[in-house]
Amino acid sequence: MTPLLELEDVEARYGPVRALHGVSLSVGEGEVVAVLGGNGAGKTTTLRAISGLVSTAGEVRFAGERISRASPERVARAGIAHVPEGRGLFNELSVYDNLRLGAFLQRSGFDEDYERVRAHFPWLEDRRDQQAGTLSGGEQQMLAIARALMARPRLLLLDEPSLGLAPLVVREIFAILGDLNEKEGLAVLVVEQNAKLALRSSSRAYVLEVGRVALEGPSAELAENESVRKAYLGY
Amino acid sequence: MSRLATVRAAVTAVALVAGIVLVYFLPHADRIGYIKGSQLGVYFIAILGLNIVTGYTGQISLGHGAFMAIGGYTTAILVSEHGVRDLWTIPIAALVAGLAGFVVGVPALRLSGLYLALATFGLALAMPAILSWDKLDAVTKSGQEIQLFNSPHLLGKGFEDVHFLGRTLSFNHAVYYLTWGIALLLLAVAWLILRGAPGRAFRAVRDSELAATSSGVRVATYKTLAFAISAAYAGIAGSLFVIALAFADPQSFPATLSLTLIVGAAVAGLGSLWGVLAGAAFVQFLPDFAVHISKAQGVPDTVYGAALILIVLLLPTGVAGGLRRALSPLTTRLYTRSQSQ
Amino acid sequence: MTQFLQQVVAGLASGSIYALLALGIVIIYRSTGIVNFAQGEMATFTTFVAWTLVDHGVGYWGAFALTLVIAFAGGIALERTIVRRVEGGPVITAVILTIGLFILLGGLSNWIWKAEVRSFPPDRPFPTSAWDVGGVAISKQDAGILAVTVVLVLALWALFQLTKLGLALRASALNPTASRLVGIRVGWMLALGWGLAAALGAVAGLFTAAANPPLDPNMMRPVLIYALAAAVLGGLESPVGAIVGGLAIGVVLNLIVTYDTHVHLDLDRMRIPMAFLAILIVLLVRPAGIFGRTAVRRV
Repeated sequence: MTPLLELEDVEARYGPVRALHGVSLSVGEGEVVAVLGGNGAGKTTTLRAISGLVSTAGEVRFAGERISRASPERVARAGIAHVPEGRGLFNELSVYDNLRLGAFLQRSGFDEDYERVRAHFPWLEDRRDQQAGTLSGGEQQMLAIARALMARPRLLLLDEPSLGLAPLVVREIFAILGDLNEKEGLAVLVVEQNAKLALRSSSRAYVLEVGRVALEGPSAELAENESVRKAYLGY
Repeated sequence: MSRLATVRAAVTAVALVAGIVLVYFLPHADRIGYIKGSQLGVYFIAILGLNIVTGYTGQISLGHGAFMAIGGYTTAILVSEHGVRDLWTIPIAALVAGLAGFVVGVPALRLSGLYLALATFGLALAMPAILSWDKLDAVTKSGQEIQLFNSPHLLGKGFEDVHFLGRTLSFNHAVYYLTWGIALLLLAVAWLILRGAPGRAFRAVRDSELAATSSGVRVATYKTLAFAISAAYAGIAGSLFVIALAFADPQSFPATLSLTLIVGAAVAGLGSLWGVLAGAAFVQFLPDFAVHISKAQGVPDTVYGAALILIVLLLPTGVAGGLRRALSPLTTRLYTRSQSQ
Repeated sequence: MTQFLQQVVAGLASGSIYALLALGIVIIYRSTGIVNFAQGEMATFTTFVAWTLVDHGVGYWGAFALTLVIAFAGGIALERTIVRRVEGGPVITAVILTIGLFILLGGLSNWIWKAEVRSFPPDRPFPTSAWDVGGVAISKQDAGILAVTVVLVLALWALFQLTKLGLALRASALNPTASRLVGIRVGWMLALGWGLAAALGAVAGLFTAAANPPLDPNMMRPVLIYALAAAVLGGLESPVGAIVGGLAIGVVLNLIVTYDTHVHLDLDRMRIPMAFLAILIVLLVRPAGIFGRTAVRRV
């Protein structure tokens, strides 16, 4: 069965600097896949390459369709929702407006989508008119995910959801992600520096180093892998 | 001396000689003549100054025409009202304009990029009205023309032959050589300033004020210094302009003059001295050229504006940037060679 | 007292024109970060287009509407072809580009229409007579200008605050990257901003022509500086600020010039320097303007 998302030998550059040197990975329908690696390994760039935010060489295919050099708008329309580094919220707008924008491409069914999202994040209703920028870090992250969900995506790209958040909040977020994956079959590609958490929440993982895939395999195996344990799990 | 330094010195020497030769032969070129040649020199000096403040310290000034006006009016008032010999008014004009540049440069410290551009744009637009204001009558003669023609303190009284070093030159010739003599001198001065410590400080400020401050560069000092120097240059240009015209009035320094100067600086390529002549030539000759296409009103501006837009789109780093790119295969070889020594 | 009120009303009318132009400047600045120095010349050009339409037999209000459409399309075209190439680049490049547009459009206006004396038909758009309201003479033209301005501002408010398109426009200005990630075609949103600004400029130009016949290619030069002053005063990112700023400058300038007869400072000819002074003071004291947000600079 063709994977939902396929990257084949993807290269990416920022001006003269090459950040990705031929990354190949895949995400299956309904799979949760993690991308690990240290700072500067190219994890964020990989997501940006999928979204069309950085110029790339190589092939990116989504649901069989080539999206290799598509614009971010086009990629969004294909059914990929990207929660970028920094969360990508509209800080000056209200929580409600952020959600409305998340549903921008949907012609109808806003109320149903809103209800669905509220089921996962009930507190959104109380804060509907609050400026997004005044929410706490954890709430902002959840709002960013909620906004992505409003687009009814088939694949969710998450860039370091745990960054700057307290462990309890992080656990809550990953629990919700697990829920979404199980109940709604949402595929997730999550970039994380928190390797332990990422490996526990995913079925497969890739380890990036200096813009290349250094290791890949089932998450359970990688968690036991000697070099992974030393480099990323601390023991 | 390393190979790179030798090459640099040689190129500079050649450029200097070429410059002198060019200046000598320029007026004989078709359709240029001594009058337009002098005007070119005036633009050259003003754009040189503007490049120092906008190109090297990154402060966008859309109001440098005002400093030209200050320099020009200083000369006009001193010659007509106080009987000062015109040549002596040039350094005085430089001083007065430079002081004005300092006065503007201090509040300019608080304004960044676009805001400074807006403020100086306002200055440029306000200048003609200020020059015509009744209340400044003593200085500006309320916008009436200040006539220098026939003044004994003016070079050749504005029309007679001038005697210099045993040779007799017509007024236009004399003005031409005066202008370009000063222009080349100012070019050398600018070159010296910019390759020295002040120049490095300027560039540091432009590239990152934060980094410059943490490296110990007194950003405020250098920014105001740049403003003052560039204003002094513009003042000299204005002074020479008035001497050539033999009169001064607000219409000689319209709002569009400031725009012309920044256009010249942009075409020249900010942050480099090489393109300044090209920039001055662009603003001087393109409108003339356009008039030859059609004498209809509005055509020169149309062509001029269109050319400007094209240059911004195709050559955003100006002539100097284009030169740098074109010559980069040569220069990279030089650099790598010297590194391996 | 009556003179005071009269001058206030007249000031509000001229201030409306500044406000409309300033609003265009703010819309462009908010979305693309560029100050459009050519805003005034764009207005002049479209006003001449309107005159040509009227000259060829189109009714005034028909020409008015048609001109708005043409201006709108022209603004979009400008952004899509030329302006987009300097967006996101160094400030100086965008500045030179809009100056180039300023010069080009000024030249085009002169070239195409030459320096003939032309006016719009009398009593267009509004009658030049006045009402007497309790001893205060209120010109119908001033009232008309104010009324149309109010309608336009309300329409724009509705567009930005009540529609999905308006939300997308606002989002594109606030966070272009995030906007693209939710599927908004940000490039076209920016183009739309230029289109709206051009249309607002067209209205400002038509009103200026009505208030100062005959038609003069340089008519928007002073209006531009007042509009810039208004935008800066209100806050370059604030549409409300542009409107309040414009009205304030209109009223204050009018009052100053009126009462100058008592102090004899010859201030009528010093309007532009006074506007410049306003710009300077605001930028030095509170650069964000009255309604702008003071940005905290993170070091």
